[in-house]
Amino acid sequence: MQRKVIFRGRLLPVALLLPQLAITFVFFFWPAGRAIYQSLLREDAFGLSQEFVGLENFQDVLSDPNWVNAALNSVVFSGCVAGLALGLALFLAVQADKSLRGVTVYRSLLIWPYAVAPAVSAVLWLFLFQPQVGMIGRWLNAAGFAWDYRLNGTHAMILIVIAAAWKQIAYNFIFFLAGLQSIPASVLEAAAIDGARPARRFWSIIFPLLSPTTFFLLIVNLTYAFFETFGIIHALTSGGPGQATETLIYKVYVDGVQNLNLGLSSAQSVILMVLVIALTAFQFRAVEKKVHY
Amino acid sequence: MDATANPVAMRTEPVRDDALLRATRRRALLSRLLAHGALILGVLIVAFPIYMTLVGSTHDAGTIGRGDVPLLPGAHTVENYATAWNEGGGRSHTTPASTMLVNSLIMAVAIALGKIAISILSAYAVVFFSFPGRMLAFWAIFITLMLPVEVRIIPTFQVIVDLNLGNTWPGLVIPLIASATATLLFRQFFLTIPDEFVEAAKIDGAGPARFLKDVVLPLSLTNIAALFVILFIYGWNQYLWPLLIINDRSMETIVVGLSKMIGRGDAQNEWNTIMATAVLALLPPVLVVALMQRWFVRGLTETEK
Repeated sequence: MQRKVIFRGRLLPVALLLPQLAITFVFFFWPAGRAIYQSLLREDAFGLSQEFVGLENFQDVLSDPNWVNAALNSVVFSGCVAGLALGLALFLAVQADKSLRGVTVYRSLLIWPYAVAPAVSAVLWLFLFQPQVGMIGRWLNAAGFAWDYRLNGTHAMILIVIAAAWKQIAYNFIFFLAGLQSIPASVLEAAAIDGARPARRFWSIIFPLLSPTTFFLLIVNLTYAFFETFGIIHALTSGGPGQATETLIYKVYVDGVQNLNLGLSSAQSVILMVLVIALTAFQFRAVEKKVHY
Repeated sequence: MDATANPVAMRTEPVRDDALLRATRRRALLSRLLAHGALILGVLIVAFPIYMTLVGSTHDAGTIGRGDVPLLPGAHTVENYATAWNEGGGRSHTTPASTMLVNSLIMAVAIALGKIAISILSAYAVVFFSFPGRMLAFWAIFITLMLPVEVRIIPTFQVIVDLNLGNTWPGLVIPLIASATATLLFRQFFLTIPDEFVEAAKIDGAGPARFLKDVVLPLSLTNIAALFVILFIYGWNQYLWPLLIINDRSMETIVVGLSKMIGRGDAQNEWNTIMATAVLALLPPVLVVALMQRWFVRGLTETEK
């Protein structure tokens, strides 16, 4: 934790830390504290007076069918995004790992969507799936499948899942490929000599040896789908149709920014903070495991 | 088995071996071909939306609006990009893409450099000094990992309003430049600098400022480059924060501006201009990744450790 040889001085290090700490306190701790404080208060309809209501806001949030709906949407959305992005990336990484020649070319061709902003990714996929303009949207309708993401909640969910997962494949691919390349070839050769077929070698050796990477990526993907996809939902569906694609983050935004209900929005923020803390703790355990492996 | 003891085996084995070898080679070749096929298909699927966006940006609004987007580029490239660049588009007539690109560039560079600067300073203080409250400061920075903007939207916005920073560059950039990840990364790296370097510097009479400038910073250049790539993309792709803080159109960033252009996604949108703007919005970060790939992969894997 600490070096043996250090510089002396007390004021200088504090001055060096000051910019970071000032920002941390003003824009992180102060708002977080304020969120906790406001989650215990309720404002009247005109915002004139505040009253301490204890945990009532939390009760209201947790028993609100709209919040439960948003929570379910978040679970479905993150699960689908993580599953799709991890599955495709693992499949492609296994293929890339087979042919050592050309690996870097494929990697270069696959990783750039990471740089595309979620909201821009939403616009790209919208251009394909828009029912009257988009190529795939029109094909679907011409084939007799009434595709319209603006009317059908399931369609809207499918569209935001695709737009979100597409962006994440690159990231997962890089980590899966690194994980695969660190599996010693001798283990696989030994299994091959023992007569294990490729499918058997994958499920009995590669997949278990890869599990620390997979677990780590699962957490990263869930965090991404939960917190970084606001742009996709805001640009594509605004949580609709109805509330079919309203996730927990989007609901905090709607309740706080549009409906200006500070108490309820803050209570939701506090619940989300607990969730982030849990996810981050998991992530660190995943990283630790990766190091042991 | 001893081959000389069994002349029959000696004669038959090379033949069997040969057939086995050929079969194995054929299977290996087939598996490699399948792998290449799957990868090419994967690359095509990943690239398809971008390709169609490029194609969309070269046709006129009428062709797209009728739903007849061809698979090949059209002849309206120059005028579409000129409209997007100079006037902006969509029926709401947003800000010109040139202005939004400059705004995004300022935001992305300011966030990336700001994060790197304050993280180097705080990591340097934590690693090379001993002072009361050192660990407390370290943990205070560390804990911000658990408080992303998304979960403290309203109260952070209220702080900005209280400080009168709405619609300003400092309001847009400063709250985003605290960085636990970058601080952790630099701390990790600074710990690997040998004690002899510090001792030598002390003997030569160099103070902490001199040591930072002449030894630590030059040693950190690769880390800084790797981090810059990741943080530039992070900054460029910001969405929720600019959406909340900026409502002055001259300060609109291109990612938020683009999503405002599509409105409710109607067929009557000026899709040609929108697609040209989309290309302009994704080009800078994609170029950064493409041109600095080595640093990008390094930065990506380092920041997660």
